[in-house]
Amino acid sequence: MIEIRWHGRGGQGAKTAALLLADVAFTAGMYVQGFPEYGPERMGAPITAYNRLDDHVIRVHSNIYEPDIVVVVDETLIKAVDVTAGLKPGGKLLINSKRRAEDILKEFPEINAEIYVIDAADISIRYIGKNIPNSPLLSAVARLTGLIPEAEFMKSVEEAISHKFASKPAVIQGNVDSIKESWNAVIRINE
Amino acid sequence: MSKIDLMKHVNEQSPWQDVTQGTHVYGSGNSEFFNTGDWRTSIPKWHPESCKQCLLCFPVCPDSSIIVREKKREDFDFFHCKGCGICAKVCPFGAISMHEEGGEA
Amino acid sequence: MSDYKYPKIDKKSKAPAFRERMSGNEAVSYAIRQIDPDVIAAFPITPSTEIPQYISKYKADGKISTEFVTVESEHSAMSACIGASASGVRAMTATSSAGMALMYELLYVAASDRLPVVMAAVNRALTGPININADHSDSMGARDSGWIQIYSENAQEAYDNMLMAHRIGEHPDVKLPVMICQDGFITSHAIENILLESDEFAKEFVGEYTPEKFLLNTKESLGVGPYGISPYYMEAKRGQEQAMENAREVIAQISKLYSDATGRLYDFFEAYRMDDAEYAILIMGSASGTAKDAVDNLRAEGKKVGLIKLRVFRPFPFDKIAQALSKVKGLAIMDRSEGFSASGGPLGAEVRSALYGRVDGIKTINYIYGLGGRDMRVRDFEDIYAEIMAIKADEIPELYKYYGVRER
Repeated sequence: MIEIRWHGRGGQGAKTAALLLADVAFTAGMYVQGFPEYGPERMGAPITAYNRLDDHVIRVHSNIYEPDIVVVVDETLIKAVDVTAGLKPGGKLLINSKRRAEDILKEFPEINAEIYVIDAADISIRYIGKNIPNSPLLSAVARLTGLIPEAEFMKSVEEAISHKFASKPAVIQGNVDSIKESWNAVIRINE
Repeated sequence: MSKIDLMKHVNEQSPWQDVTQGTHVYGSGNSEFFNTGDWRTSIPKWHPESCKQCLLCFPVCPDSSIIVREKKREDFDFFHCKGCGICAKVCPFGAISMHEEGGEA
Repeated sequence: MSDYKYPKIDKKSKAPAFRERMSGNEAVSYAIRQIDPDVIAAFPITPSTEIPQYISKYKADGKISTEFVTVESEHSAMSACIGASASGVRAMTATSSAGMALMYELLYVAASDRLPVVMAAVNRALTGPININADHSDSMGARDSGWIQIYSENAQEAYDNMLMAHRIGEHPDVKLPVMICQDGFITSHAIENILLESDEFAKEFVGEYTPEKFLLNTKESLGVGPYGISPYYMEAKRGQEQAMENAREVIAQISKLYSDATGRLYDFFEAYRMDDAEYAILIMGSASGTAKDAVDNLRAEGKKVGLIKLRVFRPFPFDKIAQALSKVKGLAIMDRSEGFSASGGPLGAEVRSALYGRVDGIKTINYIYGLGGRDMRVRDFEDIYAEIMAIKADEIPELYKYYGVRER
């Protein structure tokens, strides 16, 4: 089982991204869970969302405390929230950032994890015209799970996006194109 | 069960198995079978010789206990009459008098 | 028991279930669409709000023929359901927490009038302090209202239980309202895999509702909800009790028919790895799956542990529970609500009562857990097993305690 924890702010789409990832993995034939941690819903407040992906039935219904992958949708959260709490040794930390690698690495001096970065804001502005980073991040995290080959992912994600935005067809192509670019735009910044 | 059966079979002595599901009342107008006549402490007496058949008494009876046939009132329905005396008050001709229940009429 | 005709499902011609992913709320709504009830009256309240939202969409899209009554409160929602059900049709609602509390008076009316209204209950804590997350205090507050209560572990069970609800409640020997419960947010808002049945199967299984007596019958008039003076009231309640008693057999039959047709097994409870279990947890709702993972982990270490996941809380299967627990040494009864009896939670009271005089000597602790959405992890259940395994033979364990509360 792969467990993923998303850190974002209310309104940024972290929950939507988690649900989309569940959708994509489901379409690829897996057992999935996608759920946010609910509380009073406030725009801008830190929120957490989760995914479990497995080849077997998933029975557990708790939050995720020892994730394999942590996704930081909004890097300003790094100062406010312990985003790497419980991250499995050798796990993966994916950060949406346009900062230089050495600046990011300074924030995690003693981390035992692979750190990846993607400039999801830039990609989403180029393809969708707005800073909605969840589609690029979805692509990046899907790649990091190593569970779904690229071709299969692209097929599943097109289905999922078309389903999700059935009432807004104008945004489908931009999202799909941003996802295609993002698969290869995620880079590891530590050794 | 018809309404008559229901009233025969369900009463204050019925075992729980005979009480209808949800205490539903089957059929309408079941109050017809309920003796409210024994609630009376006063009883009206109709004096046909003084009665002009104006029928002012009939609509004011709260228990529909004044029987009217072919536009003429008949004697009281004492199975339902509670002896409230409204009819006696309304009658302009003194054709209804009230008496102690069980006493001399 | 009357010679009621149970649904006959031809397994050979039954369409296979198909894979989907959806939240518990969507799953329940999907079942409601398939049932296509005559009337739904509901008022939105978190976390069940999505259910009337889905229903509205189904209605707007012409996918259901339901009369959807947008009422001004839950009190009115249940009143409308009572009126509709008395008139002779299928009536449903959905609610949570304070909404269920506002229905409280009418819950008793629906049950005592013997109206098989079906409710999608999405469990949420009751206020004080205000909280929107899962616990069972709302439906446990209604446990004595005369409703059949069935609890679900996940979206799949919420869906399946909903497809069984009408057949149970509408049986002529039962005629009781049914509450299908699932945990707010934990299952209501989590996307999970689910197997859905075809519309044809669902409709065939649920069947048509043809009550013998109903208000809109032009051939025979009926009075519903009369005043019940003392000489009748107690007999009326005894009749209601018998209906709940009769529901045992009907629940067993319907659950078996559904299990046979779908291959997904349903009974009053699930006994998980209980065959040779010496220590057991008894629990309801979404944390059951988490606890099962703990059972597997401990079994891998050679510990003889098992789990009872209660599905049917009303009628309470006291004899079956006593039988299932007859060989265990230690037991943890998990309550996701407080009863403020100062002696434990409602499930604890029921289970102890079931055991008393039938099975003696089980070292039992009643735990209050998960209130207001407090999370339970696999390791929490491992802790609980460790606690009950550590009770000494000559020790009288604490009657009840809180799990997962901060202590000074």
